Amino acid sequence: MIRDITLGQYYQTDSVIHRLDPRVKLAGTVLFLVDLFLINNVWGYLIATLALAEVIHLSRVPFKYIIRGLKSVILLLMITVIFNLFLTDGNIIFQIGFIKVTWEGLRTAVFMGWRLVMLIIGTSMMTFTTTPNQLTDGMEKGLRPLKYLKVPVHEVAMMMSIALRFIPILLEETDKIMKAQQARGADFEGGNLLDKAKALVPLLVPLFISAFRRANDLALAMEARCYRGGEGRTKMNPLIYNRTDKTAYLLIFAFMAVDIFIGRFF
Amino acid sequence: MKLKQHLQNIIRTEGLQYDYVVRDEDGNEAGYYRALDNVELDVKQGDFVAILGHNGSGKSTLAKHINGILFPTGGTVWVDGLDTSREENLWEVRQRAGMVFQNPDNQIISQVVEEDVGFGPENLGVPTEQIWERVEESLRVVGMYEYRKYSPNKLSGGQKQRVSIAGVLAMHPKCIVLDEPTAMLDPSGRKEVIRAVKALNQVEGITILLITHYMEETVDADRIFVMDQGHIALQGTPREVFSRVEELKGLHMTLPQATLLADELKKRGVALPDGILTIEELLAELEKLMNTRTAAI
Repeated sequence: MIRDITLGQYYQTDSVIHRLDPRVKLAGTVLFLVDLFLINNVWGYLIATLALAEVIHLSRVPFKYIIRGLKSVILLLMITVIFNLFLTDGNIIFQIGFIKVTWEGLRTAVFMGWRLVMLIIGTSMMTFTTTPNQLTDGMEKGLRPLKYLKVPVHEVAMMMSIALRFIPILLEETDKIMKAQQARGADFEGGNLLDKAKALVPLLVPLFISAFRRANDLALAMEARCYRGGEGRTKMNPLIYNRTDKTAYLLIFAFMAVDIFIGRFF
Repeated sequence: MKLKQHLQNIIRTEGLQYDYVVRDEDGNEAGYYRALDNVELDVKQGDFVAILGHNGSGKSTLAKHINGILFPTGGTVWVDGLDTSREENLWEVRQRAGMVFQNPDNQIISQVVEEDVGFGPENLGVPTEQIWERVEESLRVVGMYEYRKYSPNKLSGGQKQRVSIAGVLAMHPKCIVLDEPTAMLDPSGRKEVIRAVKALNQVEGITILLITHYMEETVDADRIFVMDQGHIALQGTPREVFSRVEELKGLHMTLPQATLLADELKKRGVALPDGILTIEELLAELEKLMNTRTAAI
């Protein structure tokens, strides 16, 4: 079950979206998120949904694969929706005891759920279609001006890309440790919340130890391959905007303008 | 005269010594553990050299000296004539002597095979078009070109190790040190990796230093060094080394089954020659014996 988490994992295929410059995808994602927080009516959401659907269609990432990524955050989603549904004041639709559902609550719950789902899918579309290395390159080049403010752009980008690379490995390891501890009688399911939290200790301690060991090994392997920070490195895939990228920028800005206009003022 | 000798030998160590500092529970220095003691190693350009030894014999420590990860406490290591302990030589040494580690998961940096192979050349500052050439060439040598777009997580252990080898190869080293590259693999993965390593040596002419505790893998080596307690206990060609069965057992080495069987037969009076390494050889020798015997009758 734990390996089902597809959130943030690169999906290998060839598509227009995959070939886009990572900076376009980064900027596009950020703008999409901003857009999601600015719109507040059904039309705005519909247009955003359509745009996202088109991106998914173009990316050739199977819809099933995307939905699988949502599974891991479903609890968070439910909590948000339910809290908004029952705890918003306003015109009451129906009431049973102290539980009441209001129009405003329903509206916020639906919009909040919708927004969260699109937020998650939107951001994962970026990681589905961009390899961590491209992402690193995109961030490094896109955020280069920050270097003058002494922000270690290259280092942060490298750290992120390595973290992403190790997610599946650490998940597999968690699974293994869990089974090993269960074989020796550990109980991860039963008991109250406190018991469950306590049961995690024999899982987390070996996991952390192994993660540190891996980090040490990896650092050694990187140094052995002459890694010495961002200075003097060349790029296998240097970032140069081509016509598709420019068109993509135009489309993104056009979408933003239309969606925010309709989403706020209709 | 001495300088010339250094140039001929791609790897050379002289009186190499290394001490690990042992710390007590409070982190104070409580003494040291001598991992390498007066190691003299000579490897010629283009050789396939195997270093054998049981756990804790110092073989991995030795490997780390050749790539400039560890520096000698005493003595000197030269890689292609460069003294590894001099700071200005460090990157040059690491480029000329590439290193492949034991755990395939912990040395692949990128999520796509070809990007990982390109990591080394990127660090060296190789121009973009040349990086792609090197990546393609390296992946073809190890037979992983069809997998260039794959995620390393989808590959088997043997395939991952071949990618790691390609990653080192793309840096155009003169010598590759493999530190127990097969220890975490299944038998078929081990074969894959060893085949790739042999191809590197024979086709590309790259000097190979294979560190392992599987004696079968060293059968085709030009020279074998057997390490024990930080020093070289035995050395020679595979045939010379493998004929010293009792000594090897004393060094906690697991001999190939064919060698062991030949040794047992010899003890019981079967006239077999020394240093049988493979099942094929043993079969051939036994057949020869049978023929002479039937001829005698």
